Amino acid sequence: MRLAGALALACLTACGQADDAYAKQSGLAPEDLKSGYDFLQAETQALQDDDFANPGFLWVDKGDALFHASEGAPSCASCHDGTDQDLTRAAAHYPKVDDLSGRLVNLEGRINLCRERHQDLPSLEYESEALLGLTAYVASLARGEPMSVDVSGDAEKYYEAGRDYFFLRKGQFNLACSQCHNDNWGKNLRGDTISQGHGTAFPGYRLEWQDFGSLHRRLRDCDAGIRAEPLPYGSDTYTAVELYLAKRAEGLPMESPGVRR
Amino acid sequence: MIRISIPDTAKAGEILDIKAMIQHPMETGYRRNGKGQVIPRDIITSFECTYGGVIVFKAGFQPGIAANPFLSFCLRAAQSGPIEFKWTDQRGETWSETRELTVS
Ligand code: HEC
Ligand code: HEC
Repeated sequence: MRLAGALALACLTACGQADDAYAKQSGLAPEDLKSGYDFLQAETQALQDDDFANPGFLWVDKGDALFHASEGAPSCASCHDGTDQDLTRAAAHYPKVDDLSGRLVNLEGRINLCRERHQDLPSLEYESEALLGLTAYVASLARGEPMSVDVSGDAEKYYEAGRDYFFLRKGQFNLACSQCHNDNWGKNLRGDTISQGHGTAFPGYRLEWQDFGSLHRRLRDCDAGIRAEPLPYGSDTYTAVELYLAKRAEGLPMESPGVRR
Repeated sequence: MIRISIPDTAKAGEILDIKAMIQHPMETGYRRNGKGQVIPRDIITSFECTYGGVIVFKAGFQPGIAANPFLSFCLRAAQSGPIEFKWTDQRGETWSETRELTVS
């Protein structure tokens, strides 16, 4: 976020209450639930709506090819196409706790687990073209599926950690995610209309990036925007935030590959 | 990655909608990285579509063109034959893809 944005933010901070409890008092009423798509300009919506013009499909196509290729190991498709490990809709239930390790994994993490455990291949680097492609492809199989994650049992502590981060005031601007995405959605922040901050479009294409990226890349931008230190790609905290966001967005359709400003 | 949208078959005289997209950063050469160094220009400079070996559409690209350029144009089906899509970058590297069109 550049200077004008910084000034607008400074006002937002100054106008907010200093009280730390402030951030926690907000929430999102279920009947107000709206996709980020609804806050886009018509031209950007049109780009997402057209499966050819949507540049995200370049990554879906790449992932499709990788999914069906066997690079010295059985292909993903050999286990997942037309078997009881069918992946249609799977993405709408991520992040999820991996039974074997008891750890929370998002779709990227789950794909890397398959590479290590079932293909004997090294895990792919976060935000690499290959991992973005595979994630985009698997996510696209769940397009339109309502978001629905399990936050009970082992997942509960991750959900709580994600929620805590969402309400934590941080960075030079001392802002919490909630202060923008719960308290000020629908209002303008420089060139943007603040949405409710759902992750359902990701991995997705951002015009600002001129590129395709993961939800963690989007979260890093929000943290950088309030001048907080962005967390590393694939960090446990961001994955926990991803779970919190998924629960918060429950029922919204999966849009990946979404297009955003 | 290249994406092409074109029908496989057409009637003679029919006007076809053709779409083509290629993944490319189209780095302008005007941006700087976190250390203040100029990110070198890296752009596609031209696109050509040939139909049966004859150029039917051609475009020149400048740094102002967005990443992953998307082109959409029309073509009149005449005879069966190959349609080639070819992109060339500033260093002369090329990427191409060919589709066969059957005209009845
Ligand atoms: C200063 C206000 C601000 C804060 C604080 C903020 N964001 Fe954002 N966020 C934005 C803006 C502006 C956008 C882009 C427009 C929009 O809301 O979709 C955005 C976009 C998003 C998106 C993508 C929404 C979509 O549909 O494309 C997500 C997810 C998100 N933010 C999550 C978060 C999280 C999690 C935090 C806390 C770590 C956070 N944001 C903090 C302003 C903020
Ligand atoms: C040798 C078989 C095999 C191969 C190859 C394989 N997987 Fe899997 N995959 C599984 C099994 C079995 C599971 C269920 C969880 C487990 O036991 O690990 C699974 C689970 C998954 C899940 C989670 C599904 C859900 O409903 O939660 C995803 C996503 C996935 N795999 C993607 C991939 C991708 C992408 C590749 C290629 C990079 C791949 N898998 C390669 C066997 C395989």
